[in-house]
Amino acid sequence: MRPSGRPFELALSVLLAVAFVGFWQWAVWFFAIPPIIIPSPWAVLLALRDGLASGELLAHFWVTFGEVLMGFATGAVFGLLWGIGVGLFPLMERVVYPYIVAFQTVPKVAIAPIIVIWFGYGMTSKVIITATIAFFPVLANTIVGLRAAPADQVDLMIALTASRWQIFRMVRLPQALSYIFVGLDVAIVLAVIGAIVGEFVGAQAGLGYLILQRDFNLDMAGVFAILVILSALGIGLHTLVTKVRRRVVFWMDDSGDRTIGA
Amino acid sequence: MPSVNVGVQTKPPLIRALRLNKTYPARDGAPIVALKDVDFDIGEGEFVTVVGPSGCGKSTLLKVMAGILAGASGSLTLGGVPVTGPSRNVGVVFQAPVLLPWRTVLENVLLPIDVQRRGRPAHLARAQDLLRMVGLEGFENRYPAALSGGMQQRVGIVRALIHDPDLLLMDEPFGALDAMTREQMNLDLLRIWNANGKTVMLVTHSIPEAVFLADRVIVMSPRPGRITDIVTVGLPRPRRLSIMATPEFGALTDQIRAHFGALGALDA
Repeated sequence: MRPSGRPFELALSVLLAVAFVGFWQWAVWFFAIPPIIIPSPWAVLLALRDGLASGELLAHFWVTFGEVLMGFATGAVFGLLWGIGVGLFPLMERVVYPYIVAFQTVPKVAIAPIIVIWFGYGMTSKVIITATIAFFPVLANTIVGLRAAPADQVDLMIALTASRWQIFRMVRLPQALSYIFVGLDVAIVLAVIGAIVGEFVGAQAGLGYLILQRDFNLDMAGVFAILVILSALGIGLHTLVTKVRRRVVFWMDDSGDRTIGA
Repeated sequence: MPSVNVGVQTKPPLIRALRLNKTYPARDGAPIVALKDVDFDIGEGEFVTVVGPSGCGKSTLLKVMAGILAGASGSLTLGGVPVTGPSRNVGVVFQAPVLLPWRTVLENVLLPIDVQRRGRPAHLARAQDLLRMVGLEGFENRYPAALSGGMQQRVGIVRALIHDPDLLLMDEPFGALDAMTREQMNLDLLRIWNANGKTVMLVTHSIPEAVFLADRVIVMSPRPGRITDIVTVGLPRPRRLSIMATPEFGALTDQIRAHFGALGALDA
């Protein structure tokens, strides 16, 4: 979703979106598709306006937003700390990492109901589900990043009589930052999925909870309106991570939207 | 340092290598002998170059001397003390500039100061002086990405000198530069050496560069890596590039080239 510098490409991109929405509106009318199957864009827009005006959408949005941010932060901090631990102590990798991978292979959706039973229908369970999903990409990219330091940079530090800790702090960690941000970028998008999945399993508020409710009432336009908001949330968070990355890892050429692992 | 030599008061060499051997384990077949019975001395303030074809062990030798490559047998002393690991008294310049991209030019130069906790404030003036000497005044706060290859390598040299080491080790420092930049760097290096009086050991695969810079040229040959000759360069200093056109210079390069021709390492 990175807008290109070239106005022509941008115009083409916008044109594509307009054409798509136009075709959608036309197709719904032409084939007389019932709104409980596919609502028209216009109906979605109206649902969005009504939802925002009544405050219903925003109230649920803040719940989900909070879950996403707290779950992301928790998962990212744990991923980072574990990654650094594994990067600093190779023994830890051999002893602990197999279990982390084993944990990762379990679908988080499958353990979500257990977490809801343990931690209840409130925010805590959603934050935990989100954290378990956001954890791994940060961990994996931190480990890879800490190994990415070029051998000659490490040799230089050794020749300067640097300690292991100095090599870590002055070379390995800065070198790993660009990888860590790739992990954070993947994690923040996954965090939205985590929160919604958690709300599907059992919740009393949040956009995922609202989707189920509107689905039950066959309010398709209302569901689509939520999807628009979720999409905007994902784009916003991704953009935020990218902006922070460019500030922090300022020496790297823009590596675009390259992502590793998920 | 214990005082020996009661009679003749000759200064002991800064570096003394005796029967230095280094073998790499091979994945298949016989292990590779990178250094075979290498003997040499380097006096204080001397400029010594090591020249040889690829695989002659010259980079291995430099890494052993820098203390970043372990497992060599024999004896190697720096200022009378056996080399067992990296020393704060050595500055190393690698083939690539190896600058840290998140540090400015000045911060890169001060890296040895940071690592060895010598205190930045005390070395700022020296850093500025050295940068001025290599023509990088005004670039202190730029990041390496904004510098040309030659400028980056100059930063690398200044960084190796900042903590005022006794010995400067250089591993093909100008190998990646174009010919004209390279000649300029050679002149700059001699100027810095003149001003600082450091002991320098520089590894290169260019015979003219080896002769142009050195007091003595150590000639190495591969498989196994050993010293085949040590050529004393009597050319007067300070040297200009025009010295390369003299018959004396030609005779020295021919003498060194003949070693490689005999080995089949070059088309002689």
